[in-house]
Amino acid sequence: MAQTKTRFGYRRHPDQDRTAMSAAEHAVVVVGAGPVGLSLAIDLAQRGQSVVLLDDADRIGEGSRAICFSKRSLEFWDRLGVGQRMVDKGVVWGVGRVFHGEQQLYQFNLLPEEGHKRPAFINLQQFYAEAYLVDRVEELSAVDLRWRNKVTGLEARNDHVLLTIQTPDGPYRLGARFVIACDGAKSSLRQMVGAEFSGQAFEDQFLIADVKMTAAFPTERWFWFDPPFHPGRSALLHKQPDDIWRIDLQLSRFADPAVEKLPENVRPRIARMLGHDKFDFEWISLYKFQCCRMDNFIHGRVIFAGDAAHQVSPFGARGANSGLEDAENLAWKLDRVLRETSPESLLESYHIERSAAADENIRESTRSTDFMAPNSHQEARLRKAALSLARETEFGKRMVNAGRLSTPSIYHTPLSTADGDGDGWRGGPRPGASMPDAPIAASSDEPMFLTDAFAKGGTQFTLLAFGNGAAVKAPEGVAAIRIGGEGGFADPAGLAASRYDAEPGTAYLLRPDGYVAARFRHPTRPALDAALARAAGQN
Amino acid sequence: MALSTASNFARPDDAFRAVVEAHRGLSDEQSADLDAALVLVLANHIGDLGVLNEAIALAKRRMLDAGQQQQQQQQ
Repeated sequence: MAQTKTRFGYRRHPDQDRTAMSAAEHAVVVVGAGPVGLSLAIDLAQRGQSVVLLDDADRIGEGSRAICFSKRSLEFWDRLGVGQRMVDKGVVWGVGRVFHGEQQLYQFNLLPEEGHKRPAFINLQQFYAEAYLVDRVEELSAVDLRWRNKVTGLEARNDHVLLTIQTPDGPYRLGARFVIACDGAKSSLRQMVGAEFSGQAFEDQFLIADVKMTAAFPTERWFWFDPPFHPGRSALLHKQPDDIWRIDLQLSRFADPAVEKLPENVRPRIARMLGHDKFDFEWISLYKFQCCRMDNFIHGRVIFAGDAAHQVSPFGARGANSGLEDAENLAWKLDRVLRETSPESLLESYHIERSAAADENIRESTRSTDFMAPNSHQEARLRKAALSLARETEFGKRMVNAGRLSTPSIYHTPLSTADGDGDGWRGGPRPGASMPDAPIAASSDEPMFLTDAFAKGGTQFTLLAFGNGAAVKAPEGVAAIRIGGEGGFADPAGLAASRYDAEPGTAYLLRPDGYVAARFRHPTRPALDAALARAAGQN
Repeated sequence: MALSTASNFARPDDAFRAVVEAHRGLSDEQSADLDAALVLVLANHIGDLGVLNEAIALAKRRMLDAGQQQQQQQQ
């Protein structure tokens, strides 16, 4: 961590000199400078919005938190200008192995095909991700990041929210048209608006140890059911940068946390697992978890994102990644509402889309948890049956659930335009799905990716059009990416065409967050305009 | 596809017997293990969640009926 700045000074801001009666007014105040709040602030700033970002601490959190960042998150971070730095530092992986006892049951590859700019996952300690995001924020004058600014009060007014903020210099007040609460699982803003946070709490305890060692294990996700070194329970091993290995051990529901986390008790367990004692502890903690979400992510002018809005179990890397998807979903909508190019009702689609995604994440991670920690004798028996069938059958392998890793949701949303009846799609991303990547080449034969072209296209809607079909001109304010045809990008491997089920003339309307709003075999300007208006929440 | 409750075996006794014999000599615990594996194997063979859910509903309804009958007898 030598090169990474992790402590930040408190600086007094002129807003603090104003009286309570004449509090400064800002368009957007984001609360919480974790990965979600930082990414949201950067996205908004890149769209031309000024953002005040408040954090109650003066440092980046240490210890063991999120480590797995998905392809989707990396593509988002590419658009924010930090993706490459994350990938350069991170450990790239895509293969997982699942063991039962000493035997490997199966292995999986999360991205078995070539032609994507980003891997299925990288592992990166959350503090690195946050540090790189803070560095990016510091390049953007439109983000005003205020450390040691703790929100202690919130009053909803007609057209704004009045915040009370505690600082080392005492309290001050700040008005905001919108407040985005990214203040984590224990969100104090959630309590201030009096929102319910309901769901299921799990009794099972897990021990996380990050250990430093040099080891020849491959950079894969290894998961054991009932391993010889930890009988009757599960274990997970995963590599992080700097020769740090994440070890996650399931413990008994009745284990005493204070005793279990003593290094002298953890060390023998891990020595048994690794077969040697040559490691140092970077971090040990015990955790339990719950799966919950808010009924509504939007409370008037206070909008919740990330762990503040929803919590899942850690199996499947669905926590930080879903928070980042919240941020990319919200940023463009909020920008349009603030510019008055879309009505405020567009924001409702944020709740519709992201609460459904939260439900999916909760469902998936709950199923994984139940498989790892069965709730009854019969559940244990069914699991035993699945594990034993996995040794000799394909279907058994696929029933064994050692965590289903995060993939982007497909949104069923009023912003999508349904496919035309006679269009005969045989593949490609449906409306509401996220855009698949593909290798393309500029006319100078310069290899690049579709996601690069999308990021370059800017921050608005994008028309992705294929081939030599009747060209339809992109409406004003809509970026255009043309594959094939004169002046278009080349599709050297044909992967763009196949991944988008393209025929000459095929066109996709992509939302600013890279989700498909509509697609056409034979686009016409009126159909495009109607889809655009729908996706912008204008009807 | 709907759950078929017509008689599908030409010789239903053979099918019933096959299941019975599979359990012969097993303890209750072993029998329960066998049933769990058998349910998963057969569910996968059916490969249709709708049919599986109908089968579960039918099996559960039988249990419910039995419970009600018992209650009525006690009254």
